[in-house]
Amino acid sequence: MNAYAMSASPPGGAPVVSDRLARNAMRHASERVIETLLFAAAAVSVLTTVGIVYVLVSESIHFFQNVSIVDFLTDTQWTPLFDDAHFGIMVLISGTLVSSAVALAVAIPMGTVIAIYLSEFANPKVREVAKPILELLGGIPTIVFGYFALLIVTPLLQKIFPELPGFSLLSAGLVMGIMIVPYVASLSEDAMRAVPMSLREGAYAMGSTRLYTALHVVVPAAFSGLAASYILGISRAVGETMILAVAAGMQPNLTWNPMEPAATITSYIVQVALGDLPHGSIGYQTIFAAGLTLLLITLLFNILGQWLRRRFRENY
Amino acid sequence: MQTASAPALKAEARNFNFFYGDVQALKNINMPIHDKKVTALIGPSGCGKSTYLRSFNRMHDLYPGNRYEGEIRFYPDNTNLLAPGVDPIEVRMRVGMVFQKPNPFPKSVFENVAYGLRVRGEKNRRALDDKVEAALKGAAIWDEVKDRLQDLATNLSGGQQQRLCIARALATDPELLLFDEPTSALDPIATGAIEELVHELKQRVTILIVTHNMQQAARVSDYTAYMYLGEMIEFGKTDDIFIKPQDKRTEDYITGRMG
Repeated sequence: MNAYAMSASPPGGAPVVSDRLARNAMRHASERVIETLLFAAAAVSVLTTVGIVYVLVSESIHFFQNVSIVDFLTDTQWTPLFDDAHFGIMVLISGTLVSSAVALAVAIPMGTVIAIYLSEFANPKVREVAKPILELLGGIPTIVFGYFALLIVTPLLQKIFPELPGFSLLSAGLVMGIMIVPYVASLSEDAMRAVPMSLREGAYAMGSTRLYTALHVVVPAAFSGLAASYILGISRAVGETMILAVAAGMQPNLTWNPMEPAATITSYIVQVALGDLPHGSIGYQTIFAAGLTLLLITLLFNILGQWLRRRFRENY
Repeated sequence: MQTASAPALKAEARNFNFFYGDVQALKNINMPIHDKKVTALIGPSGCGKSTYLRSFNRMHDLYPGNRYEGEIRFYPDNTNLLAPGVDPIEVRMRVGMVFQKPNPFPKSVFENVAYGLRVRGEKNRRALDDKVEAALKGAAIWDEVKDRLQDLATNLSGGQQQRLCIARALATDPELLLFDEPTSALDPIATGAIEELVHELKQRVTILIVTHNMQQAARVSDYTAYMYLGEMIEFGKTDDIFIKPQDKRTEDYITGRMG
């Protein structure tokens, strides 16, 4: 101990900063640079979000100077481009919710069943092949799904329901559900595989079958992860555009019946954005009001998802 | 085997070998498990004692590539637990297990204990209530949890969780109860409670316990088996094994010269 202490401060001289410390200072400088770069990268994404919200809100303020919020929320017609203009957003919200409900009615059960199969039943070889293929399905451009809905699913559905029109929320919603299945299945499977083996062993040791173990132990244990995957599915469904623009028809229609055609918030935005509306006109501003509504809906679901995750987070 | 003088047997390994893939983990084990007694398995890490324990409820069937050879006879019906025709689920219905790390399910205290009963198809609410209470009392945890039966089991302390897992195993009246180092994750006080419990439980159920702790083996068990490198080196009454071991290797291990 003493020998070290003496060599650190030379006898008689003032203590010097060792070169080891100097190198530390250098490292500190380079770490600062890296830290700044990383911060900048993070800041870009945050600032983009802030910018988008700013644009949506500021343009929407102009819109709400012309249209009262009460009319916006309660009017039952959406005819912003007509002489007799009405701005009832419920018309578009109904289309969004109905198509999303149809999609989730497909995606959540199918995704969960696939996840249970892959995580609890499939042997490792099957899983290694099946999961990438499943995830590939998530990489198909949605426009392809849209034409799949319009040209294949709708005619098939019309054989069952002859009265089904050429454009419908049902057909678009079903295909949207198929599109979302991989997201739900993949995330749910991750959540279930994260359940520790000791819990499964405990369940098997009590004499449970695979199915009983999966349903009564693994699924409840993974519930917070499952909820997160469902919320992601909902966000995808609410925000999906092309499938609905292609296969659901674009006429605003206040309906809760999936057998009818209807516009959704997203398909309305696409329709109007492609037209030649003069900048600053009321029609132009509806895009932002609709966009803000969409943002608020997805925000709501994200908050719900966060809450579910916290509420059901398991300490295994 | 069952002569008049010898105590009754609950199970018996005969020429039992076990393989993880191509690796032989257990070599020609022959050993009796006496009825309503506590049998301890001791030996250094990797000696195969947990592997042996987990053969009694066919846990190895959960993972591919494992293979049993020989027999584990289960009495009084003289079933070979390892026979290909025997359903591992049937085996696990009769043989309970408590694990090294407490593994309560993410359910309420009540549902944890009722789990095995529900697996066996019990739906009658009154019967469930009674059996859950009896099991919790049997595991000496009733007084601590009777007012929080609907709380999440994962919120209990480690020692309580382990006793809950014992209650969970007891609720279905197993004939043989396997303990896989049940106190290695617990503090000394919780360990003492579990040991006391093991001592009481042998009135009702045959117990096979793996432990790293030789004092524990000496305290709780009636019979002790010393295993080394997948072989059963010595088996006998616990007092005999600890006071006058026959095999040099057993003596070295017990006196702390090895392991």
